[in-house]
Amino acid sequence: MLNNLRLGVRLALVTIVLAGLLAISFLLGMGIGPSGNGISELLAAVFGSGDPQSVFSVIVWKIRLPRVILAAAVGSTLSLGGLVFQALLRNPLAEPYILGISGGSAVGAIGGMLLGFSPFPGMALAAFAGSLLILLLVVGLISGNTSMGRDSLLLGGVMMNAFCGAIIMFLISITQTSEVHQILFWLMGDLSMSGLDRLPVLLALLPCFAVVFALAKPLNLLLAGRESAASLGINVRRLTMLLLLVTTCMVSLVVCQSGLIGFVGLVIPHVLRLLLGPDHRLLVPACILGGASYLILCDLLARTLPNSGEMPVGIVTALIGAPLFIVLLWRSRRCQ
Amino acid sequence: MQVISVEGLTLCYGKRQVLQDISMQVHRGEFYLIIGPNGSGKTSLLKGLANLLPVAHGRIEILGKALTSYTRRQLARKLAVVPQQISLDFPFSVAETVLMGRAPHLGLMGIEGAADHALAREAMHFTDVAHLADRPLDQLSGGERQRVIIARALCQQPEIILLDEPTASLDPAHQIQIMDLMERFRVEKGTTVIMVSHDLNLASLYGDRLLLLHNGRVEMVGSPDEVLTAERLGACYGCAMLVEKNSLGQMPRVTPIPQKYSQVV
Repeated sequence: MLNNLRLGVRLALVTIVLAGLLAISFLLGMGIGPSGNGISELLAAVFGSGDPQSVFSVIVWKIRLPRVILAAAVGSTLSLGGLVFQALLRNPLAEPYILGISGGSAVGAIGGMLLGFSPFPGMALAAFAGSLLILLLVVGLISGNTSMGRDSLLLGGVMMNAFCGAIIMFLISITQTSEVHQILFWLMGDLSMSGLDRLPVLLALLPCFAVVFALAKPLNLLLAGRESAASLGINVRRLTMLLLLVTTCMVSLVVCQSGLIGFVGLVIPHVLRLLLGPDHRLLVPACILGGASYLILCDLLARTLPNSGEMPVGIVTALIGAPLFIVLLWRSRRCQ
Repeated sequence: MQVISVEGLTLCYGKRQVLQDISMQVHRGEFYLIIGPNGSGKTSLLKGLANLLPVAHGRIEILGKALTSYTRRQLARKLAVVPQQISLDFPFSVAETVLMGRAPHLGLMGIEGAADHALAREAMHFTDVAHLADRPLDQLSGGERQRVIIARALCQQPEIILLDEPTASLDPAHQIQIMDLMERFRVEKGTTVIMVSHDLNLASLYGDRLLLLHNGRVEMVGSPDEVLTAERLGACYGCAMLVEKNSLGQMPRVTPIPQKYSQVV
């Protein structure tokens, strides 16, 4: 049904629906928590008719809002990262976490943390360097050998992850400060350390999103193969380099803020592709909005499911994402 | 007039040299076939012409301008490529795939207008895939998919179209269908058609001129009558060949001779 409408109309429709979903997720994320679950109180606090000095207002604005914003930014970035990697590598199972890109930036970030770098720009740069290194290794692995199948790429990523994990454990084992607990929690993907002061860094994501959206059409052409895209007028090497750089940059930026949150880049692009088809001119905005809603809701589960305290949101996303990964792997094998 | 002119072309895959000192001229509106045994460099030559492989030595001119002076977009407006197959991991619909042929004529976001949709419809009618417009590409048969990729190339409105073995893995009826389509394309639009083919008989039936490659070098260029002789083919392919005239139009008909009949000839 959606296919018969003009692209502009479809784009507007998808954006409106998913923006609505995001608004609802924001309200839920800000309204639900251990200290008071009132949506009506929340609406009062949000629209300024309540008492701005009340405890609930302060919790909503100073604690929950930064966390929800961070969740939204991380969710958008990771799902967009997954979308871009899947198109560039023409592999439906590619994702920053699975390829080891997130792991690489975690190694960099922890290294930076232990060296006493400030969260920004020191840690972010270290994380960027780490993820870039892994990216080069993974891409070098496949580009040197054209007969290398998609499974080799995934295996390469799994090994990168194992290697990064070992380095991280090594770094932790030689650390004897109180930071260890914090690092461990962060590793599992954690949004609880957010504060309003850490949010401006995330503005750097916006130009990255814009670049990916501007390259949505060339990404479409790339899906049919590199040579096919080149024969339709795309400078494939330049496009690939630019997108890999932008994606790695934004992924390492959010890994610094949130730690390792896996499978978001797998779940969201797949669900949206199923609903909207493979056109990136729709999928890019849809992944940004949908990924944001998804991680806000996952974080809500992580905050509210345990009887006391909370669990890292990475556990929730892995519990949802890993089974889906296995289903997709099984399906792609059956197709071959 | 020459649309393609190649002088002393050498191409390498990594360190391995696959083509050596190739020279060829293709005239406007010609049906030009590149033939030769496996590994003789046919596909590499096609990729070289489309600027998909770097030129090690020599010079390629497309429409009177050096190939290297074109940007990819400029080249894509003049020259379309029909690859042997395209990736189907993320299948678009037939209509979307054909519309992608408009990409080199559109802006960065590639928003297609009414004229582009009309061209895509025309291309789909031309190659007889209009009834499949909303089907995803991975649900089509090999012949249908090939016609969709040809429609995409048609939609590109090129002056030259390069095809890499478009009839491989198709049954005889579909082979003829694709070849007739390209012949009609050539006659009606005046497009120059350059095709790599394994099928010597199809090459004989349709080719204005054939280029026979052997071990990365040009063995001979000429009409089917000139190129398809038993001695030459036997030497290139390493297999005895029977060449007769077919009763349709007196074109050469090539039959590789099985061992059990080798005494008969």
